Amino acid sequence: MSNNKNLYGVTALFDNADEIINAAREVAKAGYKNFDVNTPYPVHGMDRAMGLKRSMVGFVTTFLGFSGTAFILLFAFWAMSIDYPMVIGGKPFFSFPAFIPVTFETTILLGGVSTVIGLLALFASLPSNNHPLHDTDYMKAVSADKYGIVIEADDTNFDEIEVTGFLQKLGGKKIHSINKPVKENYPVLQPRFITFLIVVALLVSALTYITLNKVVYIEPFNWMTEQDKVTAQEKSVFYADAFGMRKPVEGTVAKGYLPYPYKGQLNPVETLPNPLLPTKEVLELGKKKYLAFCSPCHGTFADGDSHLRGQFPNPPTLHSQRGRDFSDGMIYHIMVNGQNIMPSYESQTTSEERWAIVHYIRALQRAKNAKLTDLEEVKKEPVVNAE
Amino acid sequence: MLNNESGYIKKDLPASVVKLGTVLFIFGLILGIVGFVIEPVRASYSYLVAFMFLVSLGIGSLFLVALEYIAGADWSTPFRRISEFLASSLPILIVLAIPLILSLHSLFHWSHTEVINEDPILKGKSPYLNSTFFIIRVIVVFGLWSFFYYLLTKNSRKQDTSGDQKLTKKNIVISGIFIPLFAITISVSAIDWLMSLEPHWFSTIFGVYYFSGSVWASLAAITLIVILLRDKGYLSSRLNNDHYYSLGTLLFTFTCFWGYIAFSQYMLIWYANLPEENFWFLMRWSNGWEYFSVILILAHFIIPFGALLSYPAKTNPRRLKFMSVWILVMHYFDLYWLAMPNLNNNGNGYIFSWVDFVFPIGVVGLLILIFNMNAKKYNLIPVRDPKLQKGLDFTLH
Repeated sequence: MSNNKNLYGVTALFDNADEIINAAREVAKAGYKNFDVNTPYPVHGMDRAMGLKRSMVGFVTTFLGFSGTAFILLFAFWAMSIDYPMVIGGKPFFSFPAFIPVTFETTILLGGVSTVIGLLALFASLPSNNHPLHDTDYMKAVSADKYGIVIEADDTNFDEIEVTGFLQKLGGKKIHSINKPVKENYPVLQPRFITFLIVVALLVSALTYITLNKVVYIEPFNWMTEQDKVTAQEKSVFYADAFGMRKPVEGTVAKGYLPYPYKGQLNPVETLPNPLLPTKEVLELGKKKYLAFCSPCHGTFADGDSHLRGQFPNPPTLHSQRGRDFSDGMIYHIMVNGQNIMPSYESQTTSEERWAIVHYIRALQRAKNAKLTDLEEVKKEPVVNAE
Repeated sequence: MLNNESGYIKKDLPASVVKLGTVLFIFGLILGIVGFVIEPVRASYSYLVAFMFLVSLGIGSLFLVALEYIAGADWSTPFRRISEFLASSLPILIVLAIPLILSLHSLFHWSHTEVINEDPILKGKSPYLNSTFFIIRVIVVFGLWSFFYYLLTKNSRKQDTSGDQKLTKKNIVISGIFIPLFAITISVSAIDWLMSLEPHWFSTIFGVYYFSGSVWASLAAITLIVILLRDKGYLSSRLNNDHYYSLGTLLFTFTCFWGYIAFSQYMLIWYANLPEENFWFLMRWSNGWEYFSVILILAHFIIPFGALLSYPAKTNPRRLKFMSVWILVMHYFDLYWLAMPNLNNNGNGYIFSWVDFVFPIGVVGLLILIFNMNAKKYNLIPVRDPKLQKGLDFTLH
């Protein structure tokens, strides 16, 4: 074995497809394993002539594709049912038919992309993409109109003189020995190159920014921001009164709000009954709201001793005979309408809260005017919630 | 008759095939008539399924013949006659449709004028869905198919004696005219015969659905017959793994295509969930039909997909034969699933009946007889087709 260590292989050219098929068959028959055929187009029957086994790429792609299936199904399950469950069209969170298209696509994508990446990583020896056959007369010929065969020097049966003679015997023309190229180092991380990259990146970003924002500003998605409608507090040309914001239709009742029938009457002939039972929850709600809204003027215990130290005229005590004779509905009526200089508290409190305040005032009144018999009541069972 | 180019010697099919076909056909015919007498409505539905199966094989095969011409394919030329023979059922379809047209009232809800007058939706569809126009469409569609079958096969047979290469060019032009017409007519007949069984329901992809299934079944029938005949020495022994691989790939392709179309039809209706569309699938997901639907998904798509995925599976004649029979059965099952739930749509669900098993037997018998009749008269190989040699030399990779 007097092989040149730098030798890559021996190439030969043939004139037509039949010759190259024959040559490939003969080379395979002679026991060579590391040889390849280059033709300007795919020649049918070549795999069989070269004695190639079926490629395993299909299995790799299938496996990677199905791992894509598994990944996307798990991801869809996690995203749509665990991390951010969203009701879409009344379907269950994990509704399989909706995920079939994306599963199908991810299967294809992962199978295809990972096969390509795998092939590049295994066979292209990146980042260098050089190959000994590049830039040779042989490669120029087989990319045009010739059919070439190359027997590589790392084959166990390889002997330069023997192979040359063998290819000559097969009818090969232009038999050449190809040497491996001198390994070149491309100094990618030169300071000048890096600086150049940074300058180019900055320049491109700046130019893009200036062009798109200053020179030709195109508002993206303006159909969302500029709609053909009257926005809040804008003048309307459509309505005669020119108000863009419209009042609700006469008699509209807001959700969760019951209109009070005796509103504005000074001395109502009849009042509403209290719809709430004086349960513990109701009394606690009443206490909370009384302390917030009523106690600043009426005092913590409704004695008429304002917290405001005379900045306003003090209201009378609620424990007078008149106050105690008010019906529940009358106290409620005063809270809604106001009385004398007391304003209406309709907007600060809900109907339920006002009725709870009434119960709390009743409790205060009873506590201030307690009788001995009340002690008997205390011993009794507490009022159970109406529910 | 000896031909120097292909070495093909014409032989008659064995007598046992003819016997088998005759027995099956007569068995199916007699029991079918009994079925029509005992359970006329059930029998007309069963007969419709069998009829549509025959339509599938006939028009699917003729489509594959036209496809070969228009695509310039040569690998399928050595067994193009198989497709032509299968398509020869097309001219008799119009005769076979007579029992269906006679039982139009038990099959099609829309054929009752008194029902239509009370139903505003059906009234709106009545310019298309009425008995007269239906029969006109049937005659036009089957007439067109028979006409193109006649043109394509006449030229192909003439070439056997004259060897005139212009006939291939003529057939390419005929195929070019036929394929767009085929796309329209197969949709029309799928909508007429199968979709209008439930006249309130509509699906614009239905024609494609039927097309995918019918080409799938035709390919399976061709694959089965090619392998059987080649093994018995009726076709050229030069048909090899690469031919089988191509047939297997097409079978696999149409498995996926059917799955794609079937799912597209399902998903849009499932997602929108509109009552005017979804009841059709709900009908097939209740009262026993849900088992049929699950079997359809598994055996019509998932099992053939797995069984035909790998290269060895597509080149193994035994596997291909088995899968071809499987596919033919599944296409019949698919048509059954399309038509039969409409029979008992008053909520009775699936009811077993022996009548359903009679007609497929008759259809198989009929197909064998038709095939044999053609095989007696014509060569099994287009002996002087200009693409024949290339087709026999066909290799992949």
